[in-house]
Amino acid sequence: MNLTATTAATVPPVTIRSGKTKAPGRSFWPFVIPALLVVVAVILVPWAFTLWMSVSEWKIGETHHFVGFANYWRLISDDRFIQSIWRTLVYTVLSVVAPLILGTIAALLFNRKLPFRGLLRGIFVMPMMATPVAIALVWTMMFHPQLGVLNYLLSLVGIGPQDWVYSPGTVIASLVMVETWQWTPLVMLIVLGGLASLPVDPFESAQIDGANAWQRLRYLTLPMITPFLLVAVTIRMIDALKSFDIIYAITQGGPGTASETINLYLYSVAFSYSEIGYGSAIAVVFFGLIVLLSILLLYLRQRSARIMGDVK
Amino acid sequence: MRSGKTTTRRRFLGQAGAVGLAGFGAPSLAFAQAGVDWKKYAGTTLEVNLIKSPRGDTLQKYEKEFEDLTGIKVNSEQTPEQQQRQKTTIEFSSGRPSFDVVHISYHVQKRQFEKGGWLADLSGYIANPAMTPPGFWSDFADAGKTFAMNGNAVGALPLSVDYWIIYYNKELFAKKNLAFPKTFDELVNTAEVLTDPRSQTYGFVARGLKNANTPVWTSLMLGYDKYAVDRDGKLQTDTPEAISAAALYQQLMTKSAPRGVTGYNWAECQSAFLQGRIGMWFDGVGFAPPLEDPEKSRVVGKVGYGVMPAGPKAHAAATTGDGIGVSAASQHKEAAYLYCQWAVSKQIGSRMLQAGAGVPFRDSVLADPDTRKGVTMPAAWVDAVAESAKISRLTLPVIIPVTEFRDSFGIALSNLLSGSDPVTELRRATAEFAPVLERSEKI
Repeated sequence: MNLTATTAATVPPVTIRSGKTKAPGRSFWPFVIPALLVVVAVILVPWAFTLWMSVSEWKIGETHHFVGFANYWRLISDDRFIQSIWRTLVYTVLSVVAPLILGTIAALLFNRKLPFRGLLRGIFVMPMMATPVAIALVWTMMFHPQLGVLNYLLSLVGIGPQDWVYSPGTVIASLVMVETWQWTPLVMLIVLGGLASLPVDPFESAQIDGANAWQRLRYLTLPMITPFLLVAVTIRMIDALKSFDIIYAITQGGPGTASETINLYLYSVAFSYSEIGYGSAIAVVFFGLIVLLSILLLYLRQRSARIMGDVK
Repeated sequence: MRSGKTTTRRRFLGQAGAVGLAGFGAPSLAFAQAGVDWKKYAGTTLEVNLIKSPRGDTLQKYEKEFEDLTGIKVNSEQTPEQQQRQKTTIEFSSGRPSFDVVHISYHVQKRQFEKGGWLADLSGYIANPAMTPPGFWSDFADAGKTFAMNGNAVGALPLSVDYWIIYYNKELFAKKNLAFPKTFDELVNTAEVLTDPRSQTYGFVARGLKNANTPVWTSLMLGYDKYAVDRDGKLQTDTPEAISAAALYQQLMTKSAPRGVTGYNWAECQSAFLQGRIGMWFDGVGFAPPLEDPEKSRVVGKVGYGVMPAGPKAHAAATTGDGIGVSAASQHKEAAYLYCQWAVSKQIGSRMLQAGAGVPFRDSVLADPDTRKGVTMPAAWVDAVAESAKISRLTLPVIIPVTEFRDSFGIALSNLLSGSDPVTELRRATAEFAPVLERSEKI
């Protein structure tokens, strides 16, 4: 908006041949309208339609009628939905934290001058390139209690077989393992970019002042790469919240409903049970949850930027 | 399993009905003799939606023969079962489905399709001698006709019936000197004796995956002489019989099944059985062919095919079935009907039976000596089919919200495998599903 104000203030009024002057703002509309139409058609109309459906009872193949907020009231007493929210949050937090820690460690490692550093970085980022369903199939085989390689590896170090994704107690942790394996490289790349952009002077000064490696990491590197970490957290959080393919392909939300996140429950309600109205209400609540988390992250990012500004 | 296999087989074949009229060797000749004008709709293009299955494979494998016979072009696709159910529901609801012919699972889609009016009534075509040879409809078994009919209307033509049997590893049985169980009690005992986790050998396997596991439990319920929904449409899922069946499922699956069985659908059960370390596998008869395929199986020649043991109150073989019908919205209904008629023909049925890909509903196919000669599956498999036919009962209720039913009770059954109490779980699932069922019948 500042840009528009500045432009309007600095660009002189356009004089056309008839001698009349034309307000410069109007001339922007032909350029804005196509994008506006796309936004309306692709985002606003579907959202308005989803909101409308969420206050309707509509099962595919049957008549559609208005029910007010009945679908939302139903959500409050729907144990399966409430449990799916809880699982989504647990899954998201773990799927953000684990890659963040491992990705940062990997970035610090790959930031050093190592032999074959380029090659190793290339190998490290390969999981990101794989297709989610292919990843899911491979991990499903690895998780297999009898035939899977994971239990074989555990047996080599004297640990008994585990149930992995086949037990309600370990399924979320096992799925987070897959997410972590695939997305740690992304965090590593973002943090590596941050590390490359850091100024050298503060580190030299700290070294002259006698700071050891840990102190330099704790008091210089980590605070200075915080904005990059927050970018990584935002991207990972969005990815983890919308995660569907890997969970569906490996567990289909099972055993029972032990790994059923909101996405999977939404899918069941809307497409397996054909309850479009109730499914839309779930989608609206899920959207609200994402907005809340996004606002929280934006707040943290701004706060971090303010602190960094104060430091400078 | 039993002695006197030849006798049993002969008895089955004798009971199956009259001997087929046409030979199966020459496709065009067999159809030409039927007197139907197969070329009448030449030049039409049909879109065919099939469920991914050995039946779908068979139809696709031979569809060129149909094109040559009729001059009708066929574009067919196979979609995995669950996705096909979603796709057909959405497309039929839109009023403009992309297909003319649709393959359905009677036990899941029949009631929904009838209520939606989504299938064309084929009774007029069946009665028309220019489109259907005489004796066509009377050749189907009663179970198939019951599946296909809605009042006097005929929806999907009966394609294939699936009985649930017990596949068992004769070698493992012989090692422990065990006989095939005749009752549920013997089933439990045999499974436990066969189980030896140290050698990774397990006595029993069946579907544990949510939704897929529900027919296992409803099949066990049949042995207690109880259906999941009674004739008045009332749920019987928290009755003492249903609870006993759930407890039996829990016992078999927690004491005698391999680790991780809670994630097993039929494919995982089949893979485990193929490895030769599973004593008994309970599932549909149509999953047999890979077991006798030397490239896929370690148990070739070692597999026994047993009829479901008797329960405390009844001896029943759980039954499901497939049909193939014409979309009510199709612009090519007559041509689509010809495709359906070809799909359920004696010739295709014979090929399905011979390959072990399915059991046709047509009596003349089951009775045909030439078909019998070509059956690649062992005699015990045919015996199991024949014996199951005599005690056949529908395993899933004919209701609209079958998916919700399977999910609600599937979750309860999965929870049993983690040690939950059958009474609590079934009561919870029944309370959760009852309003869904009630609503589905009101709308």
